[in-house]
Amino acid sequence: MNTLVPFIPFLPLIGFIINGLFGKQLSKNAVGLIGSGTLLGSLILSVACFNQIGASGPIQVNLYQFLAVDGLNVGFGFLVDQLSVWMMLIITGVGFLIHVYSVGYMHDDDGFYKFFAYLNLFVFSMLLLVMGDNFMMLFFGWEGVGLCSYLLIGFWYENRSYGEAARKAFIMNRIGDLGLLLGMFLIYQTFGSLNYAEIFAKLPLIRVEPGVITAICMLLFVGAMGKSAQIPLYTWLPDAMAGPTPVSALIHAATMVTAGVYLVARCNGLYAMSHEASEFIAIIGLTTSIVAALIGLRQNDIKKVLAYSTVSQLGLMFLALGMGAYTTAIFHVTTHAFFKALLFLAAGSVIHGMGGEQDIRNMGGLRKAMPITFWVFLIGTFAISGFPFLSGFFSKDEIFAYTYAHGGIIWWALGALSATLTAVYMSRLLYVTFFGDFRGTHEQEHHLHESPLVMTAPLMVLAVLSVVGGLLNLPHFMGLGEGEWLAHWFGGNGLNNMPVVPMNPLHLEESLEWGLMAITTVLALIVLLGSYFIYQRSKNLPVADEAQVGLSKLFAHKFYVDEIYNFLFVRSTEKLSKLLHYYVDVWALDGLVNGVGKGVQSVGAQFRKLQNGNIEYYLIGMVAGAILLVLTMFL
Amino acid sequence: MSLLLLLIPLIAAGFVLVARPSNGRQIALLFTLANLALTAYVVMAFQSGGGEALAFRTPWVPNAGISFSLSLDGISLLLVVLTNLLAPIIVLSSFGRTYEHENRYYGMVLMMLGALNGVFMAEDGLLFYVFYELALIPIYFICAIWGGQDRIRVTLKFFIYTFIGSLFMLMSLIYVYLQTGDPLAGNDVIRHSFLWRDLVAVPLSPSTAWWVMLGFFVAFAVKMPIFPFHTWQPDTYTTAPTGGTMLLSGIMLKMGVYGVIRWMVPLAPEAMHTLVPTFMTLAVVGIVYASIIAVKQSDFKRLIAYSSIAHVGLIAAGVFAWNKTGVQGSLIQMFNHGINVVGLFFVADLIERRLGTRSLADMGGIAKSAPRLATLFMIIMLGAVAVPLTNGFPGEFLLLNGIWNYNAWMGAVAGLTIIFGAVYMLRAYGLAMFGEPNEATAQFADLDTRELTILGVLAFLVLVLGFFPQTILGLTDQSVNAILGAVQI
Repeated sequence: MNTLVPFIPFLPLIGFIINGLFGKQLSKNAVGLIGSGTLLGSLILSVACFNQIGASGPIQVNLYQFLAVDGLNVGFGFLVDQLSVWMMLIITGVGFLIHVYSVGYMHDDDGFYKFFAYLNLFVFSMLLLVMGDNFMMLFFGWEGVGLCSYLLIGFWYENRSYGEAARKAFIMNRIGDLGLLLGMFLIYQTFGSLNYAEIFAKLPLIRVEPGVITAICMLLFVGAMGKSAQIPLYTWLPDAMAGPTPVSALIHAATMVTAGVYLVARCNGLYAMSHEASEFIAIIGLTTSIVAALIGLRQNDIKKVLAYSTVSQLGLMFLALGMGAYTTAIFHVTTHAFFKALLFLAAGSVIHGMGGEQDIRNMGGLRKAMPITFWVFLIGTFAISGFPFLSGFFSKDEIFAYTYAHGGIIWWALGALSATLTAVYMSRLLYVTFFGDFRGTHEQEHHLHESPLVMTAPLMVLAVLSVVGGLLNLPHFMGLGEGEWLAHWFGGNGLNNMPVVPMNPLHLEESLEWGLMAITTVLALIVLLGSYFIYQRSKNLPVADEAQVGLSKLFAHKFYVDEIYNFLFVRSTEKLSKLLHYYVDVWALDGLVNGVGKGVQSVGAQFRKLQNGNIEYYLIGMVAGAILLVLTMFL
Repeated sequence: MSLLLLLIPLIAAGFVLVARPSNGRQIALLFTLANLALTAYVVMAFQSGGGEALAFRTPWVPNAGISFSLSLDGISLLLVVLTNLLAPIIVLSSFGRTYEHENRYYGMVLMMLGALNGVFMAEDGLLFYVFYELALIPIYFICAIWGGQDRIRVTLKFFIYTFIGSLFMLMSLIYVYLQTGDPLAGNDVIRHSFLWRDLVAVPLSPSTAWWVMLGFFVAFAVKMPIFPFHTWQPDTYTTAPTGGTMLLSGIMLKMGVYGVIRWMVPLAPEAMHTLVPTFMTLAVVGIVYASIIAVKQSDFKRLIAYSSIAHVGLIAAGVFAWNKTGVQGSLIQMFNHGINVVGLFFVADLIERRLGTRSLADMGGIAKSAPRLATLFMIIMLGAVAVPLTNGFPGEFLLLNGIWNYNAWMGAVAGLTIIFGAVYMLRAYGLAMFGEPNEATAQFADLDTRELTILGVLAFLVLVLGFFPQTILGLTDQSVNAILGAVQI
């Protein structure tokens, strides 16, 4: 098995190279086959890893020495433990489904081969990120996925605004990356290594000021803010919807944006030592979750709603991390990967059927023409809203139980508010899109069709997963068998025979847990049902953007954050750039240099007058010089 | 062997300049390739432990203790490899332009390459100075004869600026030289020596060391250039013919960094404590300053010029930090910056040749008509932005880590380069390649075979060195230990 581990990331890399170099000459079927096939290979190998780890512990493979300078020794090495293999299964599993779907979705695009090449490159980077056995490898993947995200958001590069969105995503990610990089420097300074095995082995023994650990945690979290779109670095994610929809599903929902959650979960030993950093993460997560949900209430682009929903759900994951519920966060990563990939792909199916239309105000009544898409979208909506016994129900409930236990009732209530808002904007999206009368053009109505099997089959698989995903970590109090399988899995022995994520049992009364669950569930059900009456029976439609007033206007304009950032950072940097160029560089500095040059010239012109050919002048000069010389000898 | 590395380009230069063959460019290419092959052989000999056997030493002016000594340690070798690797690429890239008096142009380029090899191998202080100045003569003519608009004024400024800088270095060199030798020895023995190890052995008082180091600093700061001694650079890079710009940015500025590592710090380490904080501050300020200016440049070449100031500031800061991580980072980054900046200037040149403009505003949509260019330009651009697994990353990581180890806050400020680098590079790439094509760019011809070869080789290096940086780091590892060990600060 050990020799096969490197093939898990390298298979998609090979796919990238083949499709990138020769894709133009290959048929679309061949390109799709190579793209999806390499991923299927990685998926099978990941499953094999999963089986082996369960039996005999983590796998470590070091390919070669990447860099060795003065004690800093970094190998190109892989670590496959319970946490990384779990992420690998999500990435390759959901990734494979999305690749298959893309064969249908991108079929008529000229850049078909390029799309699959980029997608494979992304999977390669993402696998490096979770499989690396040190922070440097993580950073390779970390920036690699950012790059692929840039390439794929700007996939239709003829459109300038798409290119701008791509650039914005990359730069905002880079701001986070700087934090991660500085965090790595501080880790190396503190622990003398970047390898997980060495760092985590030293962790219980190390004697440092607590402030150092907090500083490391905060710097790493800055990286997570960028990658996982948390306040203040979240504004790139909604713009990233410029990319093709499968990209939004894979990169901007299911995998890449959860990298920040993975990072914190991977470093759970560090975060467990810093109360301040954990609390900070919880605050940022909860705030992001609510703010994004509020904005999501008033968006009318089907993908934008889902984008803000993703930001909001990521916020909940960080809330869980801040509460010390690392397994729970990964549990929500998992269920979210299922239902959010499902929702995006279903949205893609809608956009495909509508001939590129994304505004839900021009849709309506689609459930008749697109029955499969409708049913899976409904399942996704119910799953994310916490409909009883669907996957999201269990993972969210667990987050809120930990929030109550570790944060208290206020924290819990705010979390529940965010969850309820989720149900509000999602049911609005569902009913406005699929119920009522069709509101598009005649042409669109004529064109409207259900998507082909190559697209609907992955949807159905994801729908099943969204329904049953909760089984992975059933709460213990429900009496449904052993329960908490995932927590036990992560509690298994990893590196240095320490648990990958230590078990963190809840200490709540069972009746209290039932009660908390009941409240959030009833709220979600009321919303799901109530919205039906508002949007379906009363036929209320979202109004035009200009007609928004008050709070609605504020939400619709995303709290004007983009405008504020633009004013504070973009404009001011551009102004400073011109200022420094014209006034400091050209006028002051270069002017000074030229001034010195001119000065020398004019002094030279003065001195030239001395050589006037008059011998008397020279003699006077000579005598004066001699007198001076004699004087200096005496002085 | 080291003598041969020096002589091949100089003999070739003489031949092309005097004999004026009808196929001067091909002959120039042939000689640079021959020198590259020789360099490959030298690397192999070095790695099998024959570093000392490669040296060449003979007295030059024995009475004054001046010798013609060339030798190669890992640091010298790395820069010699860079010079001779880029040489054929620079020559080949000039084929796209037709120059008047072509033989003179290629002769000058060859002469320049010889001088550069000499600079990096010289073991004698005066010899170093001679090559340092010798390199200035051909580049002056290249820029002044075949440059663009306003070339005479710009080139003269460049020449005077760097020449005056070098004079300060000469004063420092001579001062230290005069302190060498045994002061009690009689007049009949040779008193002084310009040899590196003799100059290094001279103990200086902190106050004299201060002046000595400052003299070197002025020379090297102008050459690199470091803020605020950089104002000649954007004009010169923009005005010079692209071959000249490549020589200046790809190789020549490394003379300055190399000079700091080899000569400035070892000869006057006593002044490090007092002067380094200032040098570090200038270098780090320069990184941010030049990056911000690069953000709004509309002339593609000028944008690369400012980005080069930022990159060199980072390299210099890594050297001034004077720890193993910083110095190793600066060495690998000198090599990789050479590859990337030559690639970027080549792209700028081929776009200018096709469109007749360097203004980013007149470009756009080139990716559609020229997908090969779009791909290779992308790879090289990513190297410049230091994306991991490209060649730019290991150096930037080590440099920032080295600066961080010197002072965490300076490391953080210098780290802004990874954000700004992305801002101005992606902006340039986006403006040139993305968007709807305009009338001119719709007709844009994709790369021809020659251009494909050049960019292909460079892009290949970007990726290979990105995956295997240890090949470069291993080459210099021992020598950096030696020089850090020899210099007590």
